[in-house]
Amino acid sequence: MALVKVYVNYKKSILNPEAQAIQKALGRLGYDNVNDLKLGKYFEITVADDISRDDLNKEINDICDKMLANYNMENYHYDITETEAAQ
Amino acid sequence: MKFAILAFPGSNCEMDLYYAIQDIMNEEVELVSYKKNSLEGFDAVLIPGGFSYGDYLRSGAIARFSPIIPALQEFAKSGRPVLGICNGFQILTEAGLLPGSLQKNVSAKFICQTEPLVVNNAGSLFSSAFKLAQIINLPIAHGDGNYYCDQETLKRLIANDQIIFKYRNNPNGSVANIAGITNKAGNVLGMMPHPERAVEDILGSSDGVGIFQSIVNYVKSREVVAHG
Repeated sequence: MALVKVYVNYKKSILNPEAQAIQKALGRLGYDNVNDLKLGKYFEITVADDISRDDLNKEINDICDKMLANYNMENYHYDITETEAAQ
Repeated sequence: MKFAILAFPGSNCEMDLYYAIQDIMNEEVELVSYKKNSLEGFDAVLIPGGFSYGDYLRSGAIARFSPIIPALQEFAKSGRPVLGICNGFQILTEAGLLPGSLQKNVSAKFICQTEPLVVNNAGSLFSSAFKLAQIINLPIAHGDGNYYCDQETLKRLIANDQIIFKYRNNPNGSVANIAGITNKAGNVLGMMPHPERAVEDILGSSDGVGIFQSIVNYVKSREVVAHG
């Protein structure tokens, strides 16, 4: 089995008022070292192991382009880690 | 003429639209489930506001993959009128039928109030009942109504006169004060304000009637041409 961790975040040009609200609240709490805060989305996708790495890459890119990310305002990247098959 | 109103899980303005078409416009109207796969027999399609699929992932992102969407894309391609209101606008951008996307309001607040809009193009099939630069009052009710597109897209929207309605006092941070745009062909309109909530004076405004009247006039004028 493989575990795919997908991270989706806003492009730099896109304002993120939710992240700004969180960052401002941290400032009010006295966390003066916080310079920037981003808020995005994180997905974990478990896939069967009978798929080649090339096909898996193709499929994950497809899933991200089609549904998980909106290319107008978001970027994504992902990591694939092998996990032990269920016994 | 006959209107279809698409109903998704989480739509919540479909009955307001239904009454606006049936009781105010006196036209035929039918609710069409998101599970259907045909829009045969309809002259215009309305996509209502609400929170389809709870706005999970992004507003409209999951509704966009409903069984009815391929039929909607075919319908739009045939040149017949499609109007998406609020969540309907978000679904149209996610489905690629309109450019750009709707982001969180710049204030990060849900805004529910009546807004003055400027009619920026009175030549479209959705706005012919208005005059250019006329001010109309329509309610907005959204958290993700901040229209965004890149500069290239904005240039094209302006060059093709696709910006139909603009906010007079931009409430949500939209690029170029955009409240409603059409596709390049001009037969698909997406707008955040709710015309169906402004169809009788007792509701505070009846300016929304102009949009439905424009659609009815357009469809009926084409019927005359087709049968004449």
